[in-house]
Amino acid sequence: MEFKTATNRRLSNAASTGLYGTGVGGAGGGASRLSLYQVAPCVEVSIEEFEQFALDRLRVLKAIEENRARGRRLEEVEAVVNDLWRKHMRTPNAADAHNKDMISHFVLRLVYCRTEELRRWFLGMETTLFRQRFRSETPESQRRFMEECKLPYKAINTTEFEAVKDKLGQVARSLNQPLPTGMVPFEEVPELVASRRVFLQRGNAFVPRDQLVAIVSNHFRARLSKALVLTNRKWTATIAEEEKDRLTPIVEALSTRYLGPDYSQLKSKTTIGLQDLDSLAQRSFPLCMRHLYTKVKEDHHLRHGGRQQLGLFLKGAGLKLEDALAFWRAEFSQKMGVEKFDKEYSYNVRHNYGREGKRTDYTPYSCMKIIMATPGVGDHHGCPFRHFSQENLHAVIGGLRLNAHTVDDIMGKVRNHHYQLACAATFEGVHGCQCDGINHPNQYFEQSQKVLNPQLKSGGDDLDLSLQGMPVVPNS
Amino acid sequence: MGQQQQQEGPVPMEEDVKMETTAEDSRHLQHGFSPDYLKLYYGRLFPFAEMYKWLSYGNDGKHPGCDPSFIARREFSFTLEHDIYLRYLSFHDASEMEATIRAKCPHKIDIGAVYNVEPAKRTAYSGAGSDRVFSPVERELVFDIDMTDYDDIRNCCSGADICLKCWPLMTIAIKVVDTALRDDFGFEHILWVYSGRRGVHCWVCDARARRLTNEQRTSITDYFRLYKGNENTAKKVSLVAASLHPSLLRAYTDVCRPFFEDTILLNQSLLTPEGNYERVLDLVPDDAVKTNMRDRWQENRRSSAAREDVNASRWRQLKQTLESKQKGQALRRCVEEIVFSYTYPRLDMEVSKHMNHLLKAPFCVHPKTGRVCVPIDPQKCETFDPTTVPTLSQLLNELNENEAKHSSINNGSKTRDLEKTSLGRAVHFFQTSFLDPLLQASKAEVAAAYQEKLHESASRPTLNW
Repeated sequence: MEFKTATNRRLSNAASTGLYGTGVGGAGGGASRLSLYQVAPCVEVSIEEFEQFALDRLRVLKAIEENRARGRRLEEVEAVVNDLWRKHMRTPNAADAHNKDMISHFVLRLVYCRTEELRRWFLGMETTLFRQRFRSETPESQRRFMEECKLPYKAINTTEFEAVKDKLGQVARSLNQPLPTGMVPFEEVPELVASRRVFLQRGNAFVPRDQLVAIVSNHFRARLSKALVLTNRKWTATIAEEEKDRLTPIVEALSTRYLGPDYSQLKSKTTIGLQDLDSLAQRSFPLCMRHLYTKVKEDHHLRHGGRQQLGLFLKGAGLKLEDALAFWRAEFSQKMGVEKFDKEYSYNVRHNYGREGKRTDYTPYSCMKIIMATPGVGDHHGCPFRHFSQENLHAVIGGLRLNAHTVDDIMGKVRNHHYQLACAATFEGVHGCQCDGINHPNQYFEQSQKVLNPQLKSGGDDLDLSLQGMPVVPNS
Repeated sequence: MGQQQQQEGPVPMEEDVKMETTAEDSRHLQHGFSPDYLKLYYGRLFPFAEMYKWLSYGNDGKHPGCDPSFIARREFSFTLEHDIYLRYLSFHDASEMEATIRAKCPHKIDIGAVYNVEPAKRTAYSGAGSDRVFSPVERELVFDIDMTDYDDIRNCCSGADICLKCWPLMTIAIKVVDTALRDDFGFEHILWVYSGRRGVHCWVCDARARRLTNEQRTSITDYFRLYKGNENTAKKVSLVAASLHPSLLRAYTDVCRPFFEDTILLNQSLLTPEGNYERVLDLVPDDAVKTNMRDRWQENRRSSAAREDVNASRWRQLKQTLESKQKGQALRRCVEEIVFSYTYPRLDMEVSKHMNHLLKAPFCVHPKTGRVCVPIDPQKCETFDPTTVPTLSQLLNELNENEAKHSSINNGSKTRDLEKTSLGRAVHFFQTSFLDPLLQASKAEVAAAYQEKLHESASRPTLNW
């Protein structure tokens, strides 16, 4: 997408491919309102609208994120998304709605193309939004949309159907789904393959009509992912410099205003020392980190996933590289000797602190990432609320000396798959105070420290953690 | 040969657990493996030509559509003596590859992805202004199955040790994964390799497989993932759906159930003594059944079925109890859950998920065992015996003996050294059942792509005249 300067206050695009040169759509009444956002609109936009539209869309995306973090079910999110879309993306004139959709999307592409983290966030939220919107289209307009996008979907004829009828039935019955009507290459439906929700034969996936949404949103995701990388290149190569007096400040402000605290930087001047680790682990570590900490103390070893999850958390909490090396060496060397540790594991520790290899300062894992982990045999990383069995979790929670009511509350949340809420409830039980939600183990740690040492003020310009996940933009 | 770089990035190698390299390994070293033997092996036996042909995928310069830079963009990685890693090596041609391997004599050779630029020159492209970010473009779909991941169900050995009692677990894994890769995903060019010690590797080399994205790779590994959790989870296999997915049903009836009942149950003595059967009963969600079984088994009445193995008779009892009565769907699934818990393949997920993950090359020699990573025929994998896989010292002995025998007869006919040893059979199998069909398909693809390109450029108007 290109925004070229025409006048001081107007934006326009010189290359003209038509106002609605987007895959599908157009303002024509009744036509699909959806778009794959393949071509940027070439319309004039005022700076005010440029920013306002983007903010409106951000409010929708941000709300989607919150809903997902609470572990709401798809249908619930769907209802919320539709309401939000109507509320924020409404335009006085119905014909402008499509324009606002396009403009806000492309502005946010600029905003969220600039780092891997931002891209991943935007990709996730936009795909969810798209999926919900596609779902609420009529079957007729869904079909038209698929045709226009040229998706590799093939209807199955009767002979093909008869040959595999039994097997299709097995899948359909176990999922309570209608029988498939068409097939696509398995590459098109990774989600369905991963959860064995399709029958596969010689590379083809047999999909029922209502699974089309997975295919379409997958396409959407893939295209957007590529486009974001391209936009990023263009941004760093030209746009950022050309627009440094006009759009760049807006674009940069838009993303920072909305991001939670970045735990890769030690903003607070607080550091934690080696000698405090034991007591901090007892009092302020979230359950996932307590578990890893206990395990490394017991076994004097952790496998890769555990080392990463705990190591980056400790870094984020303020453990200096020298102390981190001392900590891991002290534990691991008990099992393998100092020399082996220095040879095989110290590189990894330094790498996490950005002192080796690509020299990237790695970010501590967020709850979402930890919850999505897949710990295997011998692994201890992951989220205890998600990955432990009821019995084991109960035993661990029992060790925290919480009252029976709190324990029931936590276990109830776990049963309903609200892992982060369960973690927040644990926080409340342990600290005896209110907690607005846990999105990050380091957030748990910092909040705990704040409660336990109220005199310890972490840096004045620090973002107020309670605002994380809330729009910080003044509502104009 | 490009510049040598220390390992970059925390790419976990396939063996994350390196804890058990202690005194017992140094004993093996005496007879199975030594750096001097290895030099001879690379000098006279390692099948360079076959490996190079494989990794060129038909880009041998004989067709105008060949991509001459293809193999030069492939990452190799060496592990030298004293665990020195060299990553991002790349070679322009067969002779450079052969010469470098002979000179460096790596204890382990890993094969990585094909990148957009030569890995050895990657730093030239890493500048901020460059729009060609060094990134993988193609990679075989690979699987790593490791016996250590089965530790919670093995009663015979643990960790890096394997024996003929637990090896059938690998046989099951090969059968289940191989069938699904062919029948479900439509892949054809699949190579299974013994990893040299405690597991197997799988290379899926179809063009379609090589071009999968990381997300698609992850979805395939998840498709094979039945076993979840670790010591903190009670039940590792949970079948919740009303009926088994066709792929699981096929695995169950064709492989898992027969192997469980005929082999694993007895080999691993799953239902005797008490410690073993308690672990099986842990998977039963019904307390009445558990108590019932315990009562019957604790009395230890062996006489009732003297001729039958006690494990088999107890399994029959448990199965009947679970399948009978009005116990409902949940308990009926329980038989399948137990069988799958003890048999269904457990993949090392991380190896398969990402294009840039390294995997040890076939025909390497495992430094701890001295055994060569030979291909396994999935059609006959039940006859594969890891304890008879040729070792480095054995191969060199065979070579010596053969030459002693034939030193008098100097008829000038050149037999490859390889053919004088038992490695010859392994390479022959690699060539005929994997490499030949693969190259035929690859060459057809190269030609087809070239035709299409010609067609395209012909239909496009040119400005030249």
